[in-house]
Amino acid sequence: MSLTDAFSIGLALVVVGLALWTVAARDAFAAVVGFVAYGMLLTLVWVRLDGFDVALTEAALGSGLTGAMLIRAAGRLRDTEATANAERPGALIRLMAALAAGAVTAALAFAVLALPDPAPTLAPQVAANIESTGVGNPITAVLMAFRATDTMLEAIVVLLALIGVWSLGPDRAWGARPGPRYRADPDGGLAYLARTLPPVGLVVGVYIFWIGADLPGGKFQGATILAAMWLLARMAGLADAPPVSSGWLRVALVAGPLTFLAVGAAGALYAGAFLGYPEGYAKPLIKVVEWALLPSLATTLALILVGPPERDPG
Amino acid sequence: MSALNIFSILAIGAGSLFFLAGTVGLLRFPDALTRLHALTKADNLGLGLIVLGLLPRAGSVGDGLKLLLIWFLALFASAVSSQLIARVARARGPRA
Repeated sequence: MSLTDAFSIGLALVVVGLALWTVAARDAFAAVVGFVAYGMLLTLVWVRLDGFDVALTEAALGSGLTGAMLIRAAGRLRDTEATANAERPGALIRLMAALAAGAVTAALAFAVLALPDPAPTLAPQVAANIESTGVGNPITAVLMAFRATDTMLEAIVVLLALIGVWSLGPDRAWGARPGPRYRADPDGGLAYLARTLPPVGLVVGVYIFWIGADLPGGKFQGATILAAMWLLARMAGLADAPPVSSGWLRVALVAGPLTFLAVGAAGALYAGAFLGYPEGYAKPLIKVVEWALLPSLATTLALILVGPPERDPG
Repeated sequence: MSALNIFSILAIGAGSLFFLAGTVGLLRFPDALTRLHALTKADNLGLGLIVLGLLPRAGSVGDGLKLLLIWFLALFASAVSSQLIARVARARGPRA
């Protein structure tokens, strides 16, 4: 067994152990911390598997953004957590839950073990046809050309998630700025970080977006970094979210998905299929959609984290 | 084995030791402030030494600068977040 094998096996054991610990943790906050650490280790796993695109997405969205969202949720649930933990369901319900969870695990294990070896793959077809898209990164070619429908639905699902978050706000706060107003010492460390880091973060976020055409990266990862920079400025009290009734905000949110839909509809007219790209125009059209999606995704992801409108409109 | 390789091994080894010591401190120290003190050693010295050890192995000057930037960003973020945690810990009293 080589040293890298030993590292891989150790990493896998730690990931499984941490996953079990996260499920078993009684305290919501502790479970969230476990989940974030689990996501970071999963990023390492994807790097070991040479899945750099997935690794970036896991670090930015799976662990970072979702982790921040879960920390907020755990903070909100803190007051009622003791009561919720005190309620213990009856033995029958616990047994049924254990059986259902066990059955899902067994079905998943069976599905994975039943895969033929080597697993079925469309990778050769992608490699054979990637020329026609003009894009260098096969992941981007799949996401934006061969399986563009999935990506479009993803962009729309994120928007629907934001509508879901907004709908949790009380009626009286509708139309107000979302989330709490943060105040921090304007000369303190946090405000200094929030003034110094965004220039670096903007460059890194746009770079990861820009390089996505040919190397690992892309709009979702880039948008998450841009959203994180704005959230940092907001937490330091340097920026505030626009009111949810703002027309400009609504335009920014839907511009990306609408552009995607428009390009898709144009494909139905000129290329013979919804989301088809006419010969020779694939790369420019992919660029247009990606540039339109980046600001929309960054805004949507940031506002999902900010939460529902809860202040009185004033 | 070249001198640069020996330098890399020594620096990365020393950096890993600081990470180990920081982790032991995080687990063993009695309160939030001393635990933070242990963690900053891992972030600052541990990561710094590992970056230093990796520098001779960087493929280009650009890669080396990126490594240094990562260390700088980690230093910056950990300094600010330690300050924030320490402030809350102090406000809540020594037992928090």
